[in-house]
Amino acid sequence: MKSFIITILTLFAFSATAQYKIGDIATDFSLKGTDDKMHSLADFKNAKGYIVIFTCNHCPYSVAYEDRIIALQSKYGSLYPVIAINPNDPRAYEIDSFENMKVRAKEKGFNFPYLFDDGQKIFPQYGATKTPHVFLLDKNRKVQYIGAIDDSTQPEGVEEKFVENAIADLEAGKKPKTNYTKAIGCSIKTI
Amino acid sequence: MKYTLIICCLLFSTLSKADIPIFEKFDRFEETVLSNANSDTTYVINFWATWCAPCVKELPYFDEYGKKNANKPVKVLLVSMDFKSRIQSQLVPFIEKKKIESEVVVLADPKQSAWIDKVDSNWSGAIPATIFIVNGKKYFKEKSYHSLQELENEINQLSK
Repeated sequence: MKSFIITILTLFAFSATAQYKIGDIATDFSLKGTDDKMHSLADFKNAKGYIVIFTCNHCPYSVAYEDRIIALQSKYGSLYPVIAINPNDPRAYEIDSFENMKVRAKEKGFNFPYLFDDGQKIFPQYGATKTPHVFLLDKNRKVQYIGAIDDSTQPEGVEEKFVENAIADLEAGKKPKTNYTKAIGCSIKTI
Repeated sequence: MKYTLIICCLLFSTLSKADIPIFEKFDRFEETVLSNANSDTTYVINFWATWCAPCVKELPYFDEYGKKNANKPVKVLLVSMDFKSRIQSQLVPFIEKKKIESEVVVLADPKQSAWIDKVDSNWSGAIPATIFIVNGKKYFKEKSYHSLQELENEINQLSK
């Protein structure tokens, strides 16, 4: 009986914090970008995969990675486009509002779509818990890697480029050797 | 006299700044803080940062809990994730302004993917997050506390 209750509780816990696992098929979406256009994964007809990054304006960890996200798009964008999504409720952080996203995208010269998860419907499906949080998908939207961009918040300390290595493995027709990593981040705000 | 005062102030401020230990390596933090836990002491170890709004909101409850239980074997430790470059410009002024009395340390090891699991395998890496060590047993909570009462209830529950 006790184990039965534990099973039920465990199931409940999992359903409450559903998160894509490696191998799951990620949902597509249609979200507005700072260019005022709607964007979907399906728009990228020639993509061999997608680098979906939940990120935002207010979080210093996100800010610390902005240049590296731009670099990822420059290097891989034609085959593995970066799609950045701000999952935060701007009522929690005014700086994460759609208008402020436009300001930041322009300031930094974002070379990738920066989308607003209006109504906060997409991030819970992916199971993003924080910013920045990366989901690397293959061309069938199958989740191949979840976690951090690399192994060091300080760019000069980077030894392992997780996302780049995962893409290299996919390109070589292999499963990413490292498919799950963790990093400190700002928890996603809901109200 | 005026100069003595200024010198005293300067001295005091340097002292208080030097008071914040910085752990460059997680292993040192683990040895000093986690592995050294006394089984008769209740440890409340909160992971936070000055830029994390929900952390800043709940911080006073942790500090209050420490003050309230100052005569008991209770230790509240606030582990800051602030960047090393912002310790003097953000962290120190914050602690002084908010009159935080609990011990504050900075965990500055940038190799987070290597150490987050060592804190707890259930931790996604989002903050705030808190470890409670009660009767020598470790409990991990990735959540916010909204009052001193809620924090006390949690600890009482774990002590049973």
